[in-house]
Amino acid sequence: MSEERTNDETVAGRDEEGVMTADVRHVAGLARVDVAEDESERFAEQFVAILEYFETLDEVPETDAEPDLTNVLRADEVRDGLSQEEALRNAPETEDGYFKGPRVS
Amino acid sequence: MASEHSSAAADTDGDHTAEPDDECDAFLTREVIENSADGPLSGLSVALKDNISTEGVRTTCGSAMLADYVPPYDATVVERLQNSGATIVGKTNMDEFGMGGTTETSHFGPTENPRAPGRVAGGSSGGSAAAVAAGLADVALGSDTGGSIRNPAAFCGVVGLKPTYGLVSRYGLIAYANSLEQIGPIAPTVEGVGSVLDTIAGPDDRDATTRAAGEYRTSDGGENGDSADGAEADGEHDRSYAAAATGDVEGTTIGVLTDLLEGSDEQVIAAFEDSIDVLEAQGATIEEVPLESIEHALAAYYVIAMGEASSNLARFDGVRYGLGGADIDGSERSDGGDDGEAGDWNEAYARVREAGFGEEVTRRVLLGTYALSAGYHDEYYQKAQDARAWVKRDFDAALEDVDVLASPTMPVLPPEIGERIDDPLQLYLMDANTVPVNLANLPAISVPAVGTPGSDHNGDDTSTDAGNEEKSLPVGVQFIGGAFDERAILRVGSALA
Repeated sequence: MSEERTNDETVAGRDEEGVMTADVRHVAGLARVDVAEDESERFAEQFVAILEYFETLDEVPETDAEPDLTNVLRADEVRDGLSQEEALRNAPETEDGYFKGPRVS
Repeated sequence: MASEHSSAAADTDGDHTAEPDDECDAFLTREVIENSADGPLSGLSVALKDNISTEGVRTTCGSAMLADYVPPYDATVVERLQNSGATIVGKTNMDEFGMGGTTETSHFGPTENPRAPGRVAGGSSGGSAAAVAAGLADVALGSDTGGSIRNPAAFCGVVGLKPTYGLVSRYGLIAYANSLEQIGPIAPTVEGVGSVLDTIAGPDDRDATTRAAGEYRTSDGGENGDSADGAEADGEHDRSYAAAATGDVEGTTIGVLTDLLEGSDEQVIAAFEDSIDVLEAQGATIEEVPLESIEHALAAYYVIAMGEASSNLARFDGVRYGLGGADIDGSERSDGGDDGEAGDWNEAYARVREAGFGEEVTRRVLLGTYALSAGYHDEYYQKAQDARAWVKRDFDAALEDVDVLASPTMPVLPPEIGERIDDPLQLYLMDANTVPVNLANLPAISVPAVGTPGSDHNGDDTSTDAGNEEKSLPVGVQFIGGAFDERAILRVGSALA
C-alpha cells in the first residue's frame, strides 16, 4: 500500500487477494505487530469480505455531528499520583527506577 | 490476600480444569475484596468483568498480554461498590479486550452458557452474565462497547443495562473504544440492575466525559420522568433507579424497530412478539418505527471501534506492562539487529505484540490501522462518522414520538461453542441490533423475553437456577430510551423481569 492511492486503484487492488496480502503486511508494519506468512494470507481473505461490507458506507450522506461533549476544566492543583514504585511494578524490566526498553538502534 | 487463579484462567496452556463451583468457567480470578463501608448494597456479592481495574488483584482483559498485570489503583466503580457495602467476589472471563460476542476470543478459553449447556454465554461480558445466571454472584458489572453487556445478558437469560454515554465513570476501565463504551450492571432482575446503577452512576472528576443526568434535558415531556418542567418532574428525577422498576406500562408508547426484526431467527421473533403482546395487554401502545439510517450502523460501528482500538492498544508494547522480551521464545531484549532501517525498538514491539495479542485483537488492530491510514481515512473513517451522526439524529427524532424503542437484543439464539468463531464477518453481523445504541450514546436494557429462561412470565422464578432444563433457549428483548432516561427503560423492562 502506497502512502496515497486513489479509490479506483484501491478497489481494483482488493480484487486481488495477493495485493491484499501485501496490504496486510504493510499495515502490520504500521501497527507494529508481526504477522506470520499463513496468517497474513488468511487475514487478506477475510479483509476482502470485511472491507467490501464496510464499503456500504458509500451510500451514507454527509451529516453534521452535533457535539454532545464540552471541554471540562479543573484547577491546576497538585494531587497525589502513583508512586514511582507503583508505576514501575508491572514493567517486565526496570533499571535504577526507570522503565527499561529495547535499544533504539 | 491469597490470590487464587481459578479454572481456565490461571493456565496459559489451555488446560481448562474448572472448579466444581464454576462449571461454566465464568471466573478468571476468584478473590474476595471486602467492602469498605456498610451501605445499600451490604450483603450483595458482585462479580467484575476483568477489564475493570482492581487494586492489587490481577486484571487480564482476557489477554495473554495482561496475564500477570496487577493494577496499582481501583476503577471508580469499584470504589463506589465498596463504599456502598458490596463484596466483590472475583473477576470474570471476557472476549480479549472486549473484542467478540461469544467470550470465545478469551485467551483463557470460552465460558459456557449456564442456561444452555454446550452453547456460548455471549460476550464480551460473558463471564459476568454467566456468573449471575449460575448464581455464583448476586450481580455483576460488564462493559458495553457495541452490545457486550446486553448480548450475554440476552444469551444467559438475565438482565443487563448499558447506560447513557457519560452516566457512569470509565476511570479504571481498560479502554477498547472510548467514544462508545460504558460500564453497566447485570442482574437477575430489572430492580437489581437499578440498585447497582444507583451506586455506580454519577459524575467523576477523573472521567471528564461524565455528567449528572440532571444536567442533560431531553425533549421528552412524557410522564416517565426526566421532563424539564415543574417540581413534580424534579421529584421523579431524584427517585432512585431501583424505584423506577415499577412494571407500570399503562399509557407508555413503545416503538418497535421493524428494521431489526428482518432476518432474525424465527424463535427470536416469536418470543419478541409474545413480549410485545404482553406489554400491549398491560396498557402500552405499540407503534412501528422504521429508521433509514440503521442499516449502516454496523459498518460504521466496526470502522470506528477498530480505529479507536488500533490507537488504544498501541500502549501494549512490553515496556511499561505486558509481556517483556524475555517472555518470548528466541527473543533477547538487547540483541543488536543489523537491519538499521527498522530499528530494534520497533522490531521488539512487533514481536511482543504478536505474542501477546490473540487473532481477533490483531485482526481489529490491523483493520483499524488500515481504515485510518493515508488514502483510506475519508473512505472509511469519515463516512463512519457521518453514519454515526445520522443514526444519532434518527434515534433522537424517533424518541420524540415514542417513550422507548424495542427490538430483539440478538437476532440469533446462543450459538454452540465453536460454531461461529471461524468467520469474523458472521460474528460481526450478530451485533446488528446492539451497536446502533452505542453510536447514538443512548441507554438500553436487555430483559428475558416472555416464555424464555429467566422471564417472570413462564412460571420460572427469577432465581438463578442453572440446572433448570428449559425447552426454549434464552432470548432477550431490548428497550432503548432517550439520553439519561434510564428510568423509562427500567420501568418498561420491569414489566417483563
